[in-house]
Amino acid sequence: MSANIQKKKGGPDRHPVAPWMFLAPYLLYAAVFFVYPLLYAGWLAFHQTDGPHTAIFVGLDNFKFIFTDSMFWKAMSNTTIYAIASICIQLPISLGLAMLLNNSNSRMKGAFRLMIFSPNLVGQIFVGVMFAVIFTPHYGLFNKGLYALIGWGLEKQWLADPNLLLPALIIISLWMYVGYNMIYFLAGLQSVDKQLVEAAQIDGANGWQTFLHITLPQIKPIAIFVVIMSTIGSYQLFELPFALMKGEGFGPNNAAMTVVGYLYEWGFNNGDLGTAAAIGWILAAIIFVISIFQLKVTHAYDVD
Amino acid sequence: MNLVHWVLIAAAIVYVVLRLIPGKGWKIAPAYLRVVLLCIAAFLTLTPFVWLICSAFKDKTIMMQYTFLPPVSHWFDGSLNLENFRRLLTEEYHSPQGSVYFWQYIVNSIFLSCTITSINIFFSSMAGYALAKYKFKGRNAILFVMLGSMMFPAMLFLAPLFEMIYKFGWMDTYYALIIPGAITVFGIFLFRQAMVGVPTSLLESARVDGASEFRIYWEITLPLVRPVTAAYCLITFLATWNAFLQPQIFVQTQSKLPLPVVLNQYIGLYVQEYGIFLAGTLLAIIPPAILFFILQKEFVAGLTSGATKG
Repeated sequence: MSANIQKKKGGPDRHPVAPWMFLAPYLLYAAVFFVYPLLYAGWLAFHQTDGPHTAIFVGLDNFKFIFTDSMFWKAMSNTTIYAIASICIQLPISLGLAMLLNNSNSRMKGAFRLMIFSPNLVGQIFVGVMFAVIFTPHYGLFNKGLYALIGWGLEKQWLADPNLLLPALIIISLWMYVGYNMIYFLAGLQSVDKQLVEAAQIDGANGWQTFLHITLPQIKPIAIFVVIMSTIGSYQLFELPFALMKGEGFGPNNAAMTVVGYLYEWGFNNGDLGTAAAIGWILAAIIFVISIFQLKVTHAYDVD
Repeated sequence: MNLVHWVLIAAAIVYVVLRLIPGKGWKIAPAYLRVVLLCIAAFLTLTPFVWLICSAFKDKTIMMQYTFLPPVSHWFDGSLNLENFRRLLTEEYHSPQGSVYFWQYIVNSIFLSCTITSINIFFSSMAGYALAKYKFKGRNAILFVMLGSMMFPAMLFLAPLFEMIYKFGWMDTYYALIIPGAITVFGIFLFRQAMVGVPTSLLESARVDGASEFRIYWEITLPLVRPVTAAYCLITFLATWNAFLQPQIFVQTQSKLPLPVVLNQYIGLYVQEYGIFLAGTLLAIIPPAILFFILQKEFVAGLTSGATKG
């Protein structure tokens, strides 16, 4: 019977031990660095730790503390504003650039793609170090450039003014990630049926109608993917504000405090790993709920 | 009115003129507009890099005076020099364990990135191969666990990992960075997707010739998915080169630190001497840039392969 199946499938792709040997490193890894820490994180969230040696069961106290801490809500609102701005400002620009590139000839496409993507090679810490200087009042590249363009903002203290810090973060992330998301949109646009677009144009559809009714539905799967990925990424923001603030906290009024920054503060500056684990679960829950919500409202399941 | 405005106005005038010319001009106007918009985007993207390079070579006396470079007449009077690099590379950092020079951090970063990347490619591709080319009981269960594990953010594991690393006695060693980075589920999926396309008949004929299962994976399958390997190599190298949080938490000895942690220190250390840490940042982004230029075609293909097929 089993020999029969092997013949039918056309190959000895059944081997008693080989696949398990190849998978052994992953299985070991998953047991030690996924399953165990996951259970451990569950256990930790209900305990109060003080250094690695003591742990006291505290029930839901860690969660109670977090939800009543105004700093947590500050972190949540900052991160949420940042995430919404990422989606509403960054992704349309990424899509626009991808559409401009998609209609260009291939040599130009390669060169522009390379240039616009390049900031993504630079880690958030290095970007933070650079932009800490770029946003210097009066002398910084950004302040001078903005002043040259619209005659405003030469003396603005982007990194010291609590009202400007979050916009500064959004501007930096625009520079970093527009090209990254553009690559995904470009891949999506390349699979759009060109005949359908031409047919619509012959039928007298204008550019906007063609985009709305022909192009957009076809890139919907990849657009949903990009929206979810940038939401997940946005909620994990930490290194950029950390470096931008020169390691001295999270800005005036904690204007650059993020959820992961809050986790770092509790777990690794205050040594309370129980609270850090609880924040980790809250973060996981937020990401999970938002992803499901986005999949639901975009009816991603309906498209087959 | 300044140069920026004049350039933008000139570009707009050219566009209007093109639109007014019937026939040819009318036709090329959209293409012209496209190039202008792309050029603006590319200009905005590249300016910080140009500024970084200029700043790294400027003497500290003129650092604030000019946004980019001083006028050409000042280029050779010592305004532009290698002083920032000299100080960066020769000034030692006095740590409790002794003096540390900047080149040590570069060596650390190169060592860590290369080690983690090679180990990760080896183990991830091996698991991907098993999932792509064998049929066995439990395969779907493993795929399910892998998909499930991708739903949890890495930050959730940070607190338990800290305790584990401490208990394993890996604090302040590279084991704490290398071993948890030895495999990624993303890599396994990437290799699995590529290896599914390798013809089974090819593997079978090697088997008939008496090749061992490992040799079939190592000498036949892996070379056939070289583009994906190249893409994944760059993705992993970038991720480890730019990694900050894990080394920040797990490594304490100054001489063992990689570049991101050190540059984050330097920004506080050389508060007013921008030139020094900007020179350091420039040095830190060169290796990934070189690797990117070598592998960029494969990289873009690899980055999007999961998204377009999935």
